[in-house]
Amino acid sequence: MEIPAIVGGGLVVIGAGIGIGRIGGSALEAMARQPELTGKIQTVMLIAAALIEGIGFAALFAL
Amino acid sequence: MNNIKTVTFIAILTLFISCLNNSYAGEYELNTDTDRDIRKEYKAFKDHHLKDIHSFKFFKYKKDDKTIYVSFPLPIIIYCQGNLDVFMSSKFYNSKNKRVEHKIDDRVYKIDYHEHIIARNTLGEPLSIVDLSITKNVVFILLAFFIMFFVFGKMAKSYKSNPIPRGIGRFLEPIVLYIRDDIARPNIGEKHYKRYMSFLLTVFFFIWFVNLFGLTPLGSNVTNSIAVTASLAILTYLITTFTANKNYWGHIFWMPGVPTPMKIILAPIELLGTIIKPFSLMIRLYANMTAGHVVLMSILGLIFIFQNWLGGTLSFGLAFALALLELLVCALQAYIFTMLSALYFGAAVEEHHHEEH
Repeated sequence: MEIPAIVGGGLVVIGAGIGIGRIGGSALEAMARQPELTGKIQTVMLIAAALIEGIGFAALFAL
Repeated sequence: MNNIKTVTFIAILTLFISCLNNSYAGEYELNTDTDRDIRKEYKAFKDHHLKDIHSFKFFKYKKDDKTIYVSFPLPIIIYCQGNLDVFMSSKFYNSKNKRVEHKIDDRVYKIDYHEHIIARNTLGEPLSIVDLSITKNVVFILLAFFIMFFVFGKMAKSYKSNPIPRGIGRFLEPIVLYIRDDIARPNIGEKHYKRYMSFLLTVFFFIWFVNLFGLTPLGSNVTNSIAVTASLAILTYLITTFTANKNYWGHIFWMPGVPTPMKIILAPIELLGTIIKPFSLMIRLYANMTAGHVVLMSILGLIFIFQNWLGGTLSFGLAFALALLELLVCALQAYIFTMLSALYFGAAVEEHHHEEH
C-alpha cells in the first residue's frame, strides 16, 4: 500500500463527507421552512447522498 | 393447490436435512492446536465468510483430539470439452481434510484454496472449463426467486376475488404502489411507465431480499460478488439501449441547442456516459454491501483480539448497532438502484421538448 494512494483515499472520503453534510444541512433548512414538503425533500436528499456515496466508494475500491 | 405446496415444501426440507453429514471438509488450513496466530486465523475466518463456497459449512467441534467439520456439500456442474460432469463437492475432500483430485474419464479436477476449480488432462495440460456449479450464492438467488414467485403469484391471484389483500399482501401492496406512483410515474411519464414496471419491481425486491439474506447467520452475501451486480447493471443498460427512441440518440450524438464545436466535443463524452451510468450502478451496490460486511466482520474480529470481558462486550454492541444500520442500507440500496434505473428509462423515452427562447 503506497502512501499517495492512502492519502488520496482519505481526501476522497473528506470530499464525500463535506458534500453529504451540505446536502443534509440544506435539506433540514428547507424542511424547517416548509414542513409540508418533508417527504419529497427527504427523497431527494437520499438520492443525492447515494450518488455522492457512489463516487466515494468507487474511489475507495480503486485504491 | 395448498396441499401440493405444503407437500413440496416438506419434501424439500427433508431432502436437505437428510443430506447433512459429518463430512470432514477441509477448511481454514490452520495449525490449530500449537500456536494460534490470531491474525492469520482471523484472515481465514473473514475470507471464509465473505467468499462464495461450494458447500454449506455449519460448524466444527473437537472430539478426541480431532476436529470434525459439519457441512453440507453442493453439486458441482462443469462443462468441459463437450462433457457435462455433475458430482458433489465432497468428492474433492478425503476423510482427513485434505484436498484430493477427482478423476472422470481423462479429466482431472482439483479445487484450490480460493475455491476455484482447476481441470487438467491426465498428461498434465490445463483444460478450459465452464463452471456452472451451484454454489452458496446460487442457492440464495434461487431461494429469493422462489419466495418472490410464490408470494407475488399468490398475491396477484388473490386480487381476482377481492380488492383488499390478505396476509403478506398487506405489507407488500403499499411498497408496490410506492414504486409505481413515486418512482415510475414521475420519472418515466404517464405514457410508458407500464412497460418498465415489471423490471423495476423485480429489481427492487430481488436486491432487497438478497441483501437481507446476507445478514442472516447462514446467509451468503450474493451482492458481494461483482458478477451479480454487473448482470443487473447490464440488464439496465440493455433495456435503455433497446427501448430508446430517436430523441435519446439525438441528445447523445448531436445535442440540440448547443453550438456546433461543442456538439463534436460532447458526443464522445455522452457516449461514454451511457456506459458509465450503469457501471456506477454496479459499483455503488457492490461497494456498499461489501464494505458493510467487511466492517461487520472486522469489528467481530476485534472480539478475538481483545479477549477480555470489556472489549468483547463493547465490540459486540458496536457490531449489533452496525448490523441494524445494515438493515437500512439494504433497503436503501435497493431503492436507489430502482430509482436510478427509472431515471435512465425516463431519459430514454423522453418526448421532444420545443426549445423556448
